[in-house]
Amino acid sequence: MSRAPLTATPTTWLGLPPLAVGVLFVVLASTYAWLFLHAESEPEVLVLLAVAAVAAVIGGRTGADRALSSAMTRHSGAMNGVIVLSVVAVIFLLGTEHFPLLMLTTVLLYVTAALGLNIQFGYTGMVNFAGAAFFGIGAYTAAVMTAHTSIPPLLILVLGGVMSALIGFILVIPVVRTRGHYSAVVTIAFAVLFKTFLEVNDILGGPQGLMVGSMTILGWDFNNSPVLFGIELSFYVNYALLGATLAVVAFMFTRRLERSWLGLTLDSVRLDETASACFGIGVTRAKVLAFTIGNVMTGIAGTLYGMMVSFVAPTSFTFADSLLLVAIVLLGGMGSPWGTALAAFIVIVLPEKLQIIQEYRFLLFSVLVIAMLLFRPDGLLPRKVRDYVPGWRADT
Amino acid sequence: MDIGLLGQYLANGIILGTMYALVAVGFTLFFGVLDVIKFSHGDVLMLGAFTGFTAFLGLEAAGVADPWVQVVAVTLVAVAGTAFIGAVIARYLVLPLKSAPPLNILLVTLMLGTAIREAVRLFYPDGSNPKPFPALLPTSSTDLGNFTLRADSVILVSVGLAVIFGLHLLINRTRLGLAIRAVAQDEETAKTMGINYTMIVLVTFAIGSGAAAFAGIMNGLYYNEVNFGMGLLLGLIGFSSAIVGGLGNLYGAILGGFLFAALQTIGAVALPFASAYKDVFAFGVVIAVMAWKPTGLIAERTSDRV
Repeated sequence: MSRAPLTATPTTWLGLPPLAVGVLFVVLASTYAWLFLHAESEPEVLVLLAVAAVAAVIGGRTGADRALSSAMTRHSGAMNGVIVLSVVAVIFLLGTEHFPLLMLTTVLLYVTAALGLNIQFGYTGMVNFAGAAFFGIGAYTAAVMTAHTSIPPLLILVLGGVMSALIGFILVIPVVRTRGHYSAVVTIAFAVLFKTFLEVNDILGGPQGLMVGSMTILGWDFNNSPVLFGIELSFYVNYALLGATLAVVAFMFTRRLERSWLGLTLDSVRLDETASACFGIGVTRAKVLAFTIGNVMTGIAGTLYGMMVSFVAPTSFTFADSLLLVAIVLLGGMGSPWGTALAAFIVIVLPEKLQIIQEYRFLLFSVLVIAMLLFRPDGLLPRKVRDYVPGWRADT
Repeated sequence: MDIGLLGQYLANGIILGTMYALVAVGFTLFFGVLDVIKFSHGDVLMLGAFTGFTAFLGLEAAGVADPWVQVVAVTLVAVAGTAFIGAVIARYLVLPLKSAPPLNILLVTLMLGTAIREAVRLFYPDGSNPKPFPALLPTSSTDLGNFTLRADSVILVSVGLAVIFGLHLLINRTRLGLAIRAVAQDEETAKTMGINYTMIVLVTFAIGSGAAAFAGIMNGLYYNEVNFGMGLLLGLIGFSSAIVGGLGNLYGAILGGFLFAALQTIGAVALPFASAYKDVFAFGVVIAVMAWKPTGLIAERTSDRV
């Protein structure tokens, strides 16, 4: 077993203890993310990509990846703290720049949405090709509610998730009753239906879309620029911080869910429905639960996205966008939250950065995904086999 | 509503139904032999339409002016070319992934569809703009009261139905069809019976893609336009039709195709809301049908192997 040395003896790298390796990695990764979001010229981006490839190969050869994953299991609290701090640090380092912050926040919100999808098909094995539709339900909820009601925006954030779950309930009967491709067609039909409906419905703005009010917490309007030490920061800092909060909460929730008996139930439903049913697991209940939780997370992310971009239109929530979400989950590795985060960063930021191939980016992106699935079908960071006892360490 | 308008809608619905059925047949054939969904099917259809269009331009350049010769040549070139492309896709992309999780195959073929679409948009001369597809069929029409029967519609429908009937004969009456059905039923047994499995898979993909190309040409002749994005919705509709009918069943696919066209027509004509909601209505009914019959109208005859 390759996992045995990982937990049995502390894994060191270049003589450094795992925690040091982990902190070093997080610092390097966030510096890298900062440089990447910052990079403006094509050569810069290409050099950074080359650096990442070389670093990944060297890290893999010298065992840094094992030290890192050992740090993640043995010092999960400290590591998570460092990661959150570094995300906040990157947000403030980007401080005054609108576009990189917009991209970063988009990544964070897509991570939240993709984690929702991850619960649906990474854990439970239910395909959902309507991710962007549920994302859009959240955004349109935000648009309608900020325009016509005086509900506090923070509550709208929750209501966006609730709305998404409620509309999801319409689909729940066909989705739970069907399997595999039949289930896929239900969500695909819904994704197409949703976009067409938005386009022809005049009350929801038709093809022109709707304006969305901004986020406000305790009287602080998110469209104001915060001033820190006399420097006026971009107003996107507000959204980036809230987006990071959402992503962190979604992340913690997903991890807890995975470790709980509920996660075990979902896993067993994915692996074998018949056997699960024989062991007294309520397959239908597990599926309904996973579908609803996933839609709530996607809806909430969509609500904040709508508020951030302050404008929603049907063209933002097409079937192609749903595919993008599915691609994120598959590229990262099904059921692997860290993989999802990494894939979201790559999928969202890379096309924006490679403007030189602007015209060809969709083509290159699709070819890249095909190559990825042909040669590394488990995704970038494949999910590990579940520990028999979660959090179990042999050496303590 | 007067009878003439009704007839017009009926004719339109039958043409759409024939096209959808031809696309759905491809999905169901692929699923039959390989248990995969090839989502790039719609874009293969678009490729077929563009192949036909290119063939037309070539004929014009070569000085062939007779529209009958043109339409036959265009159709043959498109069907043959697309069938070849379909077989190549099957050989190098779908067969290697045969044992991968279904979701991966779905995603690979979806991405392949995007790649084909983008490639046509970028590399076909002026590919990002719609192309005027020539009206090669006679445009004369007969007035039957208020109802105008267009000659090209009649030809399209009769040839389309003939192709569907031909596919039915091919699958049910020939040795090749027998081999396809055998592979669909049980791959291992078919192999031990001396059927060349890879060959049959490739031929099936060629047949399905050829049918899609035919639907693409029909679409071009009927709407007099082809564009790089035409395959996306047609592919989705074809897939939905195949699923609603029941995957792996030829008649299910045909039934599904005509059902979807009927739903769209009813949505546009008979329902109290604006005709723009026709797709919303059609896809809504698809979802409802899936809730009612989770394995399609004509269900697969399989049982769970635990």
